[in-house]
Amino acid sequence: LPDGVNISKEARSAISRAASVFVLYATSCANNFAMKGKRKTLNAGDVLSAMEEMEFQRFVAPLKESLEVYRREQRGKKEARKDKDKKTDSEEQDKSREEENEDEDERMEEEEQNDEEEVDN
Amino acid sequence: AARLSGGENRLVSLPLSRIRVIMKSSPEVSSINQDALFLTAKATELFVQYLATYSYKHGRGKEKNALTYSDLSHTAEECETFQFLTDILPKKILASKYLKMLEKEKQDGEVGEGDEDEEEEDE
Repeated sequence: LPDGVNISKEARSAISRAASVFVLYATSCANNFAMKGKRKTLNAGDVLSAMEEMEFQRFVAPLKESLEVYRREQRGKKEARKDKDKKTDSEEQDKSREEENEDEDERMEEEEQNDEEEVDN
Repeated sequence: AARLSGGENRLVSLPLSRIRVIMKSSPEVSSINQDALFLTAKATELFVQYLATYSYKHGRGKEKNALTYSDLSHTAEECETFQFLTDILPKKILASKYLKMLEKEKQDGEVGEGDEDEEEEDE
């Protein structure tokens, strides 16, 4: 929001509730895609499909970018390595989104075996 | 809520553990891939931004340089994308109006069971 805009307490609490409802709605929707794929684990593709289903296509591109950064950081932590070159690569990947989807699907299947639910490292 | 160290704090501001709890409360969900958790958190962040800016732009609170509950509630009602929020962001009415509604319903032979007892009406 622009600088200096006040947000009432009621508005804050309402936004907080809306966010929770959004998570539930998105999860339920993503889970439908997972079940269609006969998978028990929700993966990144399911969440992205859910966004499109919920008519939040505008989120898909920024989410993909963030995901790339996140995955890089996860890998970086495990391997203790910094990859500055990959940043320029991800910009090119945005243009060829269809190819990226196929890549992600393959990668996700691999990652399912490694990363289940645990968030705490 | 547990905070993740390093990268996650820069990438997403919502706590992943809390998001995970909400996701797991959904009955059919068995397990969640870490990427899916991150994406859901990030998507929620984008959603909050979108809801707030949209409501502000289209709302009357803007006149007072504020974002009000009423702005959010209007958005839920009027914008199709946000219609799933109508149940949790109901319109608020003056107590006097509500009492009048109740009286009318009683006269019609129905007993109205209201969900809310809001006294204020936001500008």
